[in-house]
Amino acid sequence: MADTEGATTPGELAQRLDTAGYLADEGLATAAFLALRMGRPLFLEGEAGVGKTALAQALAEVLDAPLIRLQCYEGVDAAQALYDWDFPRQLLHLRAAEAAGVTDVERLEHELYDRRFLLARPLLRALETTPSVLLVDEIDRADDEFEAFLLEVLSEFTISIPELGTVRAGTPPVVVVTSNRTREVHDALKRRCLYHWLAHPTFEREVAVIRRHLPGVSERLADDVARAVQRLRAADLLKPPGLAESIDWVTALTALGATELSADLATRTLGAVLKYQEDTERVTGEVAELVGRP
Amino acid sequence: MSGRAPSPVAVDVAVDTQVLGFARRLAAAGVDVPPTRVHAMLEALDVLGAAELRPVYWAGRTTLCGSLEDVETYDRVFAAYFGGGPARPPNRVAVPPVQRLVAVPVDPADVSGDGDDRDAPEQRIATASRIEVLRHRDVATLSAADRAEVHRYVSALLPAAPDRTTRRRKPSPSGPVDARRTVRSMLRHGGEPVELRRHSHGRRQRRLVFLIDVSGSMAAYAETLLRFAHAACRVRPGTEVFTVGTRLTRVTRELRRRDPAAALAAASATIDDWSGGTRLGDELKEFLDRWGQRGTARGAVVVIGSDGWERGGPEQLATQMARLSRLARRIVWVNPHRGYIGYSPSTGGMRAALPYVDRLVAGHSLAAMQELAGLLDSSGREGDRARGHA
Repeated sequence: MADTEGATTPGELAQRLDTAGYLADEGLATAAFLALRMGRPLFLEGEAGVGKTALAQALAEVLDAPLIRLQCYEGVDAAQALYDWDFPRQLLHLRAAEAAGVTDVERLEHELYDRRFLLARPLLRALETTPSVLLVDEIDRADDEFEAFLLEVLSEFTISIPELGTVRAGTPPVVVVTSNRTREVHDALKRRCLYHWLAHPTFEREVAVIRRHLPGVSERLADDVARAVQRLRAADLLKPPGLAESIDWVTALTALGATELSADLATRTLGAVLKYQEDTERVTGEVAELVGRP
Repeated sequence: MSGRAPSPVAVDVAVDTQVLGFARRLAAAGVDVPPTRVHAMLEALDVLGAAELRPVYWAGRTTLCGSLEDVETYDRVFAAYFGGGPARPPNRVAVPPVQRLVAVPVDPADVSGDGDDRDAPEQRIATASRIEVLRHRDVATLSAADRAEVHRYVSALLPAAPDRTTRRRKPSPSGPVDARRTVRSMLRHGGEPVELRRHSHGRRQRRLVFLIDVSGSMAAYAETLLRFAHAACRVRPGTEVFTVGTRLTRVTRELRRRDPAAALAAASATIDDWSGGTRLGDELKEFLDRWGQRGTARGAVVVIGSDGWERGGPEQLATQMARLSRLARRIVWVNPHRGYIGYSPSTGGMRAALPYVDRLVAGHSLAAMQELAGLLDSSGREGDRARGHA
């Protein structure tokens, strides 16, 4: 079971995450707390840019453990996720032994599959590092065969390497699995995990997060941007902005020396928050409304 | 599980009973709640304590739910069960939901399944020639028995999708040298390069996505198309099926059942808007917002089964079709009226959509469905994107 660094309630964990620069609401704090206490992977689903990956980073900081990240993509396979043998180095070793006139074939073969020729990929590294936070990012991008394989590793927390033996995690890593929902992830994998749907933040939380990330920003600007972003989310866009976009937007505005949002500034910086030409076109005519105060 | 504060046993029993009752209610509402999840919730309650309602809410939500849809149902059932909603006696036995009017009748011919095999050879020949007669008939005009016969053939079709290269490489006799495997084999031969191993990119079938119109004007054909989609789900597990009408319904889960009759009954119980109107543009938009853009339609072959009778404005449909065409590899539109001589796509919806459609095919008969299956299967890489829309 993972060490929760003394956090005995979800509230306390939320506080610690806060110190690490991550503002978690009650639901997320509870889900993360349960994941730590129950020793189960946390499956985080939600729109892009709501802070799924950032949670894993914050957890690593709270637990004072390294963050090991496995970025999933189509075609990711066991060799890229678990381990691989460093063949070129093995070959060099073989050549060197040959040159030195080594004749004990059995010993040589044994040497070739030594730990030092093993390249640990994220999953093996996470099992060998105690404690650690393992982030399996965007699992929905991997093939479904990979899910089945991951399920096996996450249930047993052991990896068997034919030439070397079985590696078992002393303390299982804290696992955060994220998905953007581009496809449905198998129930079997989800069942192993605790599930949390991470929604867009409320206005108050958004302001708080912006100010947390960019301490120098004026309250007025944070308020203005949060309000505008909330409106954009309600505006039925192709890609509604996430928390990450709000922060980008404030950063862009701050770079221009802004202390509040005006129609002119908004028009010039829309690219920081809208990622589709169609969305930009739609909003351009209504910028005044967007930045207007209620 | 050491170091936990012990809680009074009497309370525990009550909590267990309540959780079980709640889980049963949740399952009745359509959320998949296997015992392992219920155990997880009890474990979570042990960790959080069950003295207050909010921890109970979050303990259940993180352990019993597996998707956003589950969360929505969960919220509803939780409010009803633990208060906040209409008060109900907590230990009332969960009643299974009232069977909705099932538009697709369970077909005795389906249930008998492979009864065919027991037929005498002459009977089988008779069946074969009979299906030859039925092949070109419009399914809307068939008697119930004939339609059932045709549907059994539709269920046996093997719709596939064109394939594409994948990032992953596979061992192959030709292609670039696979350094990893070559060196590995060299190790086995004392470092001598005995053979060069090669690899090449694998190929994978593209995803098939069905959007089937179940509005009134399509009533006679929707079932046939659903059966076709079910056949596709069986051959290609990644296939996604949605129905459109007055609302978008995802029926992929239901159609994953093997048995066609059971799958169709489950799907039609899910579909709320049989024989309603069509707001194709709006629903296409909903599909793209919720599923398509995230990845379901990306590089996929999308089959839209509709007659294009659009109640909403054609502008919305055109906009959304343009969006879809930028995501999908190919759009095949199945319009049952296409099967008639002299048909021209004159409805507003059809005219708006046509510039973005790669193939417009009929879907009114078994022959048309066979053609559709073949079209999806073959028609390799050229020909895709051949449409010239302005």
